Amino acid sequence: MNNLLAKWPLIRQIVTRTDGTGVEAMSEKTRGLRSRIHETEVSKSVCPYCAVGCGQLIHHKAGKLMSIEGDPASPISRGHLCPKGSASFELLTHPNRLKTVRYRKPRSNQWESLDLETAMDMVAERAWESRERSFVERRDGKALMQTTAIAHLGGATLDNEENYLIKKLFTGGLGMVCISNQARI
Amino acid sequence: MSGTAFLTDSTLCIGCKACEVACKEWNNIPSDGFDWKGFSYDNTGSLGHSTWRHVKFIEGGVVAGLGGNSPDLLSWGFSSDVCKHCENAGCLEACPTGAIVRTEFGGVFIQSDVCNGCAYCVVACPFGVVERNPDAGMAFKCTFCYDRQKEELKPACATACPTESIKFGDIDELRGEAEDRMARLKQAGFNDVYLYNPQDSSVGGIHAFFIVRGDPERYNLPPSPEVPTTYLRKGWVSAAIGAGLMLAGTLFAFGQDK
Amino acid sequence: MSQQDLVNSDAILIMGSSMAENHPVGFQWVMEARARGAKIVHVDPRFNRTSAMADVWAPLRAGSDIVLLGALINYVLENEKYFREYVVSYTNASVILRDDFKDTEDLGGFFSGWNEEKKEYKTDSWAYKGSSLKKDMSDHEASGGHAQDRGGEKLEDSVFEQDKTLQNPRCVFQVLKRHFARYTPEMVEKVCGVAPDVFHTIADIFCSASGPEKTAAICYAVGWTQHSDGVQIIRSAAILQLLLGNVGRPGGGVLALRGHASIQGSTDIPTLYDVLPGYLPMPFFEEDSDTLQRFIEAHSPRAGWWNNFDKYIVSLLKSYYGENATKENNFGFDWLPRVTSDHSHLGYWVEMAEGKVEGLFVMGQNPAVGAPNSRMERKALSRLKWLVVRDMVETETARFWLDAPEIERGELSPETIDTEVFLFPAAGHAEKEGCFTNTQRLNQFHEKAVEPPGDARSESWFLYHLGRRLKEKASTDRSAKNAALNALTWDYTVAGPMREPKVEEVLQEINGWTTADHQLVSGYRDLKADGSTACGCWIYSGIFPNPGENLARKRESKDFYGHGWGFAWPSDRRILYNRASARPDGAPWSERKKLVWWDSAEKKWVGNDVPDFTLTKPPDYQPNDQDKGDDAIAGDRPFIMHPEGLGRLFVPSGLKDGPLPAHYEPLESPVRNLLYPERQYNPAANLMERPDNRYAESPDPRFPYILSTYRLTEHHTAGGMSRSLSHLAELQPELFCEMSPELATILDVEHGEFVTVVSPRGLVQARAMVTARITPIYMDGKSFHQVCLPYHWGYTGLVKGDAVCDLLALSEEPNVRIMESKALLCNVIPGHRPTGAAALEFIEQLMASSEAKDEYPV
Repeated sequence: MNNLLAKWPLIRQIVTRTDGTGVEAMSEKTRGLRSRIHETEVSKSVCPYCAVGCGQLIHHKAGKLMSIEGDPASPISRGHLCPKGSASFELLTHPNRLKTVRYRKPRSNQWESLDLETAMDMVAERAWESRERSFVERRDGKALMQTTAIAHLGGATLDNEENYLIKKLFTGGLGMVCISNQARI
Repeated sequence: MSGTAFLTDSTLCIGCKACEVACKEWNNIPSDGFDWKGFSYDNTGSLGHSTWRHVKFIEGGVVAGLGGNSPDLLSWGFSSDVCKHCENAGCLEACPTGAIVRTEFGGVFIQSDVCNGCAYCVVACPFGVVERNPDAGMAFKCTFCYDRQKEELKPACATACPTESIKFGDIDELRGEAEDRMARLKQAGFNDVYLYNPQDSSVGGIHAFFIVRGDPERYNLPPSPEVPTTYLRKGWVSAAIGAGLMLAGTLFAFGQDK
Repeated sequence: MSQQDLVNSDAILIMGSSMAENHPVGFQWVMEARARGAKIVHVDPRFNRTSAMADVWAPLRAGSDIVLLGALINYVLENEKYFREYVVSYTNASVILRDDFKDTEDLGGFFSGWNEEKKEYKTDSWAYKGSSLKKDMSDHEASGGHAQDRGGEKLEDSVFEQDKTLQNPRCVFQVLKRHFARYTPEMVEKVCGVAPDVFHTIADIFCSASGPEKTAAICYAVGWTQHSDGVQIIRSAAILQLLLGNVGRPGGGVLALRGHASIQGSTDIPTLYDVLPGYLPMPFFEEDSDTLQRFIEAHSPRAGWWNNFDKYIVSLLKSYYGENATKENNFGFDWLPRVTSDHSHLGYWVEMAEGKVEGLFVMGQNPAVGAPNSRMERKALSRLKWLVVRDMVETETARFWLDAPEIERGELSPETIDTEVFLFPAAGHAEKEGCFTNTQRLNQFHEKAVEPPGDARSESWFLYHLGRRLKEKASTDRSAKNAALNALTWDYTVAGPMREPKVEEVLQEINGWTTADHQLVSGYRDLKADGSTACGCWIYSGIFPNPGENLARKRESKDFYGHGWGFAWPSDRRILYNRASARPDGAPWSERKKLVWWDSAEKKWVGNDVPDFTLTKPPDYQPNDQDKGDDAIAGDRPFIMHPEGLGRLFVPSGLKDGPLPAHYEPLESPVRNLLYPERQYNPAANLMERPDNRYAESPDPRFPYILSTYRLTEHHTAGGMSRSLSHLAELQPELFCEMSPELATILDVEHGEFVTVVSPRGLVQARAMVTARITPIYMDGKSFHQVCLPYHWGYTGLVKGDAVCDLLALSEEPNVRIMESKALLCNVIPGHRPTGAAALEFIEQLMASSEAKDEYPV
């Protein structure tokens, strides 16, 4: 009963001697307001857009992303993010993100779905067959060890380790020379 | 006045809109829609129920020769607008349901669980900040990141701002910083800088002040904003006097009858 | 240089970049420098958000950058504004050139060695006098500059004659003076459209902010690189900075602002055709690569850091092939494929258009709207047998067969496209771990926070499991063609329900280890050429020196330069060539600008950065003729990667289009080349001219306006990472075309109305953004109009629009094979773009509208 009375704004105003528009007028929800990053786990990250390399703090809780903000400790970004960096939470969580493999048969006018492992098997098969058809071991009596029938594009948005694996597998393993990305040097 | 405040220094704003995005991401605000407005690089238009920080783009005149951000040459000014969190807040005073409250940080906060969407606050805002979302049936505006401030975090916009054009802190300290900044800018030759922080008008001071260049009207900042309820108060007083006189007259009349 | 080091700059020239718009957070350091009194100069065709923050904005005609920079160089030389002691001691100004070297001054816009038939230079005559040649240097037909830019491709760059008085008419300094003499303020006005008083303001700001007490910086981005002479524009900046003594010093330097999170990393550990990790060259199909021994000999100079070439290539082969790489089999060198032609993106895309490529992997790139001449790019995709796209959203590249403009225009139809398409969902940065290298060579590791959604996986996962499958196939056929695949080490530990490979194991492989006992090496100085070490990328060595000590993961910044935060290659140096921050005798040039200096008591180099110099090598150290490698570099020669240890005002080897920058007009230009009337465009550039990759004439009445493309703050590149995001898409929802009020009057177009922008390659529809921020350029008494379009849109996402890259041409700058996207020609026609087949007829009608004859020298 006392509780109910205490919630009555008029009583609150009298008790707190205010005009009734402050904390005394707040609903339970407002009083219990917590930020989305209250008691979250934090992973240290880097913005995925441009090459400034702003530090990011990824807040997550129980396996779910909660928020992404700038890392104030970064000597480069000092906690700031541009509009793109500020939108990285949406980049990871928006409804149009792909979550399954899509497959288009030759001459088809629609997507089909495909199991991930099946898709991996099929891609390995295609790469293997194209390589078998096109690989040139020698030319003019000299080692060539090359295929130009399979190509790769992309890398500037990927991790260094991923670029390393691309070059190692595709060039060092398969003999692919048509390797390129957004960068020029 | 006490609590916290924003100091938005337009001379440092690069018009990147990080504040708009950081605000929307943090507060989970929907987009305004995807209409090209053609007004400079501004496609969000104004503050509203789905835009709580808004970067204004102000294009200046052209004079052949050197450019640079000087109003007497070709200029392009940017300024991030936001709810002013008035000391005498029209919206708060107009709200009939008690949905709008003042937080311990001095901010003006709309409680979404109390708001009934009557929109009295919308017309009561001298800055045109508050807007009702017809779909949600509620009024929305900047929360001053009350949820973040409660946990001693800076508002999302001020956290993101790449050039620290948006500063956040204790209102007294920030006022001092604004004065320092004005002095430094003038010393550096920015003779047209203006500190927008109306204190003599009926809003009684604001928790979001601005350094702009030239007239504040260029930035849609009213030189002397007035809280509509100021007149309401005068009206109430007149009404009370009138009512008193009427009561006196009536009593007098009854007295005559006896 | 580091971005934060810009606060130490006394002036900053931003050119070829809209830094405030595309690198806003980096730009905070420019704003802070401005607050400390530095003057900011922005040179750009558009008045944009960067210009708005600058003290000076100079609009110039797109593609005329070398003229303005050349004039600044000329100004520095003529007015003796150069930092004399720095120039004499640290640059090759004093080096004497060969008698048979001829400049553009002598040969009408060509340097000596031009072969008109092969369309390339034979570069012997560019060598230093006295440096004996190892081989015919123009043999590398297929290569970019990388096959010969280590200084080892010539026998003795370290042997030369010098005149330290700089008076010898054949010394670099005097050649430079003559070469740039025609780059005058008057020429700047005629070619760039920049008035002499504006030019002098810029020159004065920049020069007065240089010297022992001051430093000035230059920031650039793809506004410089994406030109048919892009490398030479950057070379001009390097020359200017070397002359002013602004290299290797706090607040000085040339800062490349790169546009993707790890675009620097993707050249360091390249997914490029002509380089191996750590800027080692790929073997080409030529004699130099016949054996590992010859390969090493070809690329190892006697003097300078590249003398360690053998250690780096052998260690790389050991990291690729592990125990299978032995001394007996040349460490598997013969398993590496040989480069036979231009296998770059644009090079192999032409092959693809001709049906010669069967399969393509695309990972995090969107060429269907982001690559030049994207119309041709899309059509080429339809010639593939199979296409794998990995991305976070359904990109235009993945669905080119469904709703590309070519379908609507009747050029292609899903029913006739045979390409089998696999679209894999990719993990985002917070859903996987790994490191990005930012624009200042800083490696920063990002941790995995959450699992990727659904079947989304990291690239590491995809590659590991694809490699595993392919190796299984190869294991059943141990013939010679599968030798490399069978030898490849691919034994990364997998973990978790998704069987994700352990990324830090890959990073350890990149760092390197001893092959006998798998101990991590502490840096590239530990690497050996005898097979006892493995290292995946020598310049990154030291990033993971001990188990559990991933330096890219470190987040304890100890000082201004951020030591303790991430790992800057090489050896955590934050400013390269920082030996140049001290005088030849080892003392700082000034107290204000000190960075690294010789401590004579401690007998070592000390300072605020990791010295980019052998720590104990005294300033007065002099090598003898028998010394090799770093020992052959004197104690007062800061540029240790070069055999001669000097900064190169003149480049004796490694460039394909000249040892000095020369202004050539863009491949499409509204004017003839006033600097060298005999030569219109970069002779070494590759136009890749084809029926589907046509050019306008220069000038061309059909295409009278200059076209330049750019990026907005609110989007990212071709939009794959921004157009699907509501909070970004709403900020810039539609394609527009910026034009001046003067042009709008000529076209009779109102602001906001639709216009059609057309080039010989394609056409797009855009809103007219009529703004005084674009100004006509007045050159030689005539006005020229530039139109500028952001290129973020395509046919998927929340906001759609025409792909501006449809207008661009496939073309290659000779050194790095980049396209020219910043200066082309177009026409602008009021109204909506025609739809269907009429769109193509529209272009053809315009092409046929007048007989523009090429009556000029090219």
